[in-house]
Amino acid sequence: MASNFLRLRKPYYVESTINCSSSSDQKPVNLSFGINETRNQTKKRQAKEHHGRRSCLDSCCWVTGYLCTTWWLLLFLYHCCLPFTVGHEVPELMPAARLKREGLKGIHPVVLVPGIVTGGLELWEGKPCADGLFRKRLWGGGGFTQLLKRPLCWLEHLSLHNETGLDPPGIRVRPVPGLFGADYSAPGYFVWDVLVKNLAKIGYEGKNLHMAAYDWRLSFQNTEVRDCALSKLKSKIELMYRANGNKKVVVVPHSMGVAYFLHFLKWVETPPPMGGGGGPGWCAEHIKAIVNIGPSFLGVPKAVSNILSAEGKDVAYFRAMAPGVLDSGTLGLRALEHVMRVSRTWDSVVSLMPKGGETIWGNMDWSPEDEHVCEFSKKRYFRFSPSDNNVNNSDAKQVFRVKDPVKYGRIISFGKAASVLHSSQLPTTVLKEILHMSASRNFNSSCGEAWTEYDEMSRESIRKIGAADKAYTATTLFDLLHFVAPKMMNRAEAHFSHGIADNLEDPKYNHYKYWSNPLEMKLPDAPNMEIYCSYGVGIPTERSNVYKLSPSNKCKHIPYQIDTLVDEEDGSCLKSGVYFADGDESVPVLSAGFMCAKGWKGRTRFNPSGINTYVREYQSKPPTSGIKSTAHVDIMGNIALIEDKLRVAAGATGEEIGGDKVYSDILRMSERINLQL
Amino acid sequence: MSFLRRRKGTDSSKSQNLRCNIVKEDEKNNLYESPRKESYNSKKWSCWDSCCWFIGFVCSVWWFLLLLYNTMPASIPQYVTEAIKGPLTDPPGVKLRKEGLTVNHPVVFVPGIVTGGLELWEGHQCAEGLFRKRLWGGSFGELYKRPLCWAQHMSLDNETGLDPPGIRVRPVSGLVAADYFAAGYFVWAVLIANLAQIGYEEKTMYMAAYDWRLSFQNTEVRDQTLSRIKSNIELMVATNGGKKVVVIPHSMGVLYFLHFMKWVEAPPPMGGGGGSEWCAKHIKAVMNIGGPFLGVPKSVSGLFSVEARDIAIARTFAPGFLDKDVFGLQTFQHLMRMTRTWDSTMSMIPKGGETIWGGLDWSPEGSSFNCGAKTLRNNSINNTDQIPNINLANMKNVNYGRIISFGKDVAEAHSSKIERVDLLQDSMKADMLANLTNCDIWIEYHDIGDHRIKAVADYKVYTAGSILDLLHFVSPKLMARGGAHFSYGIADNLDDPKYQHYKYWSNPLETKLPDAPDMEIYSMYGVGIPTERAYVYKVTTATDCSIPFQIDTSAEGGSEDSCLKGGVFSADGDETVPVLSAGLMAAKGWRGKTRFNPSGIPAYIREYSHAPPANLLEGRGTQSGAHVDIMGNFALIEDVIRVAAGATGKELGGDHVYSDIFKWAERINLQL
Repeated sequence: MASNFLRLRKPYYVESTINCSSSSDQKPVNLSFGINETRNQTKKRQAKEHHGRRSCLDSCCWVTGYLCTTWWLLLFLYHCCLPFTVGHEVPELMPAARLKREGLKGIHPVVLVPGIVTGGLELWEGKPCADGLFRKRLWGGGGFTQLLKRPLCWLEHLSLHNETGLDPPGIRVRPVPGLFGADYSAPGYFVWDVLVKNLAKIGYEGKNLHMAAYDWRLSFQNTEVRDCALSKLKSKIELMYRANGNKKVVVVPHSMGVAYFLHFLKWVETPPPMGGGGGPGWCAEHIKAIVNIGPSFLGVPKAVSNILSAEGKDVAYFRAMAPGVLDSGTLGLRALEHVMRVSRTWDSVVSLMPKGGETIWGNMDWSPEDEHVCEFSKKRYFRFSPSDNNVNNSDAKQVFRVKDPVKYGRIISFGKAASVLHSSQLPTTVLKEILHMSASRNFNSSCGEAWTEYDEMSRESIRKIGAADKAYTATTLFDLLHFVAPKMMNRAEAHFSHGIADNLEDPKYNHYKYWSNPLEMKLPDAPNMEIYCSYGVGIPTERSNVYKLSPSNKCKHIPYQIDTLVDEEDGSCLKSGVYFADGDESVPVLSAGFMCAKGWKGRTRFNPSGINTYVREYQSKPPTSGIKSTAHVDIMGNIALIEDKLRVAAGATGEEIGGDKVYSDILRMSERINLQL
Repeated sequence: MSFLRRRKGTDSSKSQNLRCNIVKEDEKNNLYESPRKESYNSKKWSCWDSCCWFIGFVCSVWWFLLLLYNTMPASIPQYVTEAIKGPLTDPPGVKLRKEGLTVNHPVVFVPGIVTGGLELWEGHQCAEGLFRKRLWGGSFGELYKRPLCWAQHMSLDNETGLDPPGIRVRPVSGLVAADYFAAGYFVWAVLIANLAQIGYEEKTMYMAAYDWRLSFQNTEVRDQTLSRIKSNIELMVATNGGKKVVVIPHSMGVLYFLHFMKWVEAPPPMGGGGGSEWCAKHIKAVMNIGGPFLGVPKSVSGLFSVEARDIAIARTFAPGFLDKDVFGLQTFQHLMRMTRTWDSTMSMIPKGGETIWGGLDWSPEGSSFNCGAKTLRNNSINNTDQIPNINLANMKNVNYGRIISFGKDVAEAHSSKIERVDLLQDSMKADMLANLTNCDIWIEYHDIGDHRIKAVADYKVYTAGSILDLLHFVSPKLMARGGAHFSYGIADNLDDPKYQHYKYWSNPLETKLPDAPDMEIYSMYGVGIPTERAYVYKVTTATDCSIPFQIDTSAEGGSEDSCLKGGVFSADGDETVPVLSAGLMAAKGWRGKTRFNPSGIPAYIREYSHAPPANLLEGRGTQSGAHVDIMGNFALIEDVIRVAAGATGKELGGDHVYSDIFKWAERINLQL
């Protein structure tokens, strides 16, 4: 090709010169040249055409080739250099390498319990549209490419049955078992990998390291009903205990896995058929410690906005995973509606709703975090350096004198005014009335097929609920949700409870729906067990939202959305419609730390055998790079956290690794909470 | 250039057109500059740029085709196949689902040797970055990138047979361990997919992955694998409403599971302490696929000289490469060093000695197998019965009993005509001093000295009995290690307390089956493929650091139909395991109530006649009988699914035999 091209090019340049000269008085001089010329002219025109077309295509090819070659070259160089660079990073990335030199060896078997959305799901049986995906990942790993290829099919397969909360007919999607389940939930998005690597360094391997993968979309009890996941976990723990010379296991649950494991603790000691029949001493016999990471013991406010409008800044874990995808129009224009439809079939989302009502989360005018300061960026630098302590405290106080405390208790408020005004200035809640009023729903048939439950609500009641100047606390919130998502809440209510127990001896608390709520269950009788609450602090975390009615009144549209325009000046806790508090980006400190700091501290009614609890906070230090990050998921790679875990796995007790380590205001906050112990 | 000169001329002549003149001036400038620039440009273009252009062109076309391929509806390949071959039959899973079969008994898979994946948990410096990456299975990419490092990590300690210090390589767990061996090369995947069709899933299927390099008891010592299998089977039975499991071992997994059945009922500390009724309570059926119950002759040549045509399945995967120089010039020696540290290879040395495998002048197969492989292969099931009869007259009696013979003439001569020098006697004379050369590779051959090598060759013929002496002689360390874990004899008295030791558990001739009269045992294997049965060896003119023995590939049988090809005598089998080894126990040793099978567990033989894939579109075929490809055989899958869904052996149709296994079994004089 190239030589051909050259041949065409050369004549062109020469001929163009001839062209002009020949148009002057050349003809008499050389006739034969004139003939030549005409031929040349036609040739030239052809050449010009050729040249134009080819140069375009050719240079395209050329550019592609050039880019490819460069890319390969760089890739090659990268691979050549990789061994050296890796060699340098290792000591820093690997606290285990250092600890191994100190002589640390893995003694206790370790069980990892992944949280929501971090576990992989694979297809076992599907509709024709999912042909060829048998045992391929739908969630995690390469699964998200399917989202791009056949979005609607993908969503259909990830949904559960609307009424039972189990498989829809003809579809079976199952968790990926073993360590593959959660170590790379999306490519490059390490979840457990760093931890597993470190554990392996001090001697862990398949026989004493287990990943308790479960289907995180199901309610906890249903994972047993459908997959026998709890039985499997029990048998695995017993096996590891026996096979490793009767060494008790250390359990490391993360995020929602924390609630799942609480459920397991109760399940395993309860007699069959509801429980696992392990007997009352099972936990004491088999478990050394539970090292909770980023625990969502008392729920996360995010879950509310997720259910209400599938929004919530970065809730939607979907979005964290595939950020570009959902915001663009892959699913047509109604990405959020689709997401809402799918995620409302997942019972597990309900387990993350705030638990404990107003006692814990605050009411209209009061919240445990009242003294919180929102200048995260500045505060974190000075606050804990002892020299600046006084100055800073007075600073903080000044801020408070100027401002009213943020009313975190109002988890949902419609309009900014409703989030700020004193409760006496707000109209009394009329939700109950609305509920009664529209008991007979006028179905909005004009919308055709109902997509979300919003389509089954009358426009009027939607507007009433969302009228400005209304605010909902952690207690009244449930009325709201019952109203907007009745099916989901009814289904989920059979599996989860969000209250506080008055009398834990009440036989009704033997039902499994209370097992994952730390405020409605007693810890097992295992005085030698230890419970750690390890979580990151220092990152603004969603605590409550300001909502508005969405302008569009169309069908198939979510009627509420976060009012992103509501904002305050710098240093405020309110940003784009969301009030922030301290936490790890997903779970507020209150939810993560309260049980360890107060609810279970010492011998309480929730912890009758006096299991030792430790609060281990990990401070976010800017710049937050990978290994020091304390964000909800990234904390799994935090070296301080990993070191703690390794030491516990190697046999250290909570006292030996330094007891409580607190940076946040969690102790003061829990002081303020008036919970009967 | 002639143009140029002429133009200058015209230029100096009186010109009338000013405009043109100006243009001409411009052109002239161009003329002086552009050719130089152009030629420079074009020169550059012609080399580097056209390379780029070419690459770009290829890439673009490739992407374009890829795009077309991806947008193509999924049904097209099937459509094409149907157009060529006529309508496809339903895969067995779909077919049986239509018949109404559903999940019933949980299923346990036990993979065989080399098909299970192994991953790295701890390694030396050279294996940096490979944490939890597959060393074995998958793409074998590391084998190419850092071969020596790879071989080092795949080896075990040659004294203990366990991990070498600082290296931990562990089996991959879960179904992914052995569903595909390498990309696109299925092992269990087809069976799993078909079982899933009738409703099986993770909670009712379990892959009992183990480290196939270790001796069976060592998998328990190091990884507690046997305990894990026990606990998993118990869990599956408990969570599936007391339904017993159907176990499907393949290849060496068959022996592993025999070992497991003894282990689980033996009292601790040696056993699992399940009590004498464990198997009866938990196992419905054991469906052995291609089981080398009595060992495979291949393993002998594997241990002896790492040869054996296609011994290491690894070689069939990377055929060109092992023979070339990835490891430098000493590929075989490295491979040998590596495989010799694997105790499990010794579990497949032929068992039962001359009683089973034949003596110097006698073998059970005798002359009844037709080695005209080509005619056999291309025929359908109906014809296989007739052809052996036709060709029988042409065939000589093959001395299969002589598993190794030195020289073709020796292999064929009558035993009275062979002069043999006694092995052990001669070895006494041999200087025991190691002939320490500066070979940097450890194989035991360098320790034994030239005299002994000569002695080995002088003994001339080895039967299944004397092969053990040979191996003890040439590789004493290996056999000493193996002797602690495996045994190859026939028990005289099974009640002798010594048989409670674990080294007898994987030898079906030295164990009793568990007391479980309701259990069923199936022997399922392919037939109709020539399978290595005996070898002709020669001594190589040894350079210092090579293996002194080689299969004499120049030894060929006379006719087209001869069983001797390239130094190897073939018999009927599935390409790896001879029929004798796979079928004898079910055909005779365990048939009815025998001393090996005191409770009378029903044993069934299910043979599958080999039919190679008719064309490339079929891939590895749906009627294959080859050792690994049989896992995709539709008839076999159907049998497995029916049993898993609750059928008994009687309902399947009992025995299903193509080969002469019953005739051979008659000829074997085994006390029952």
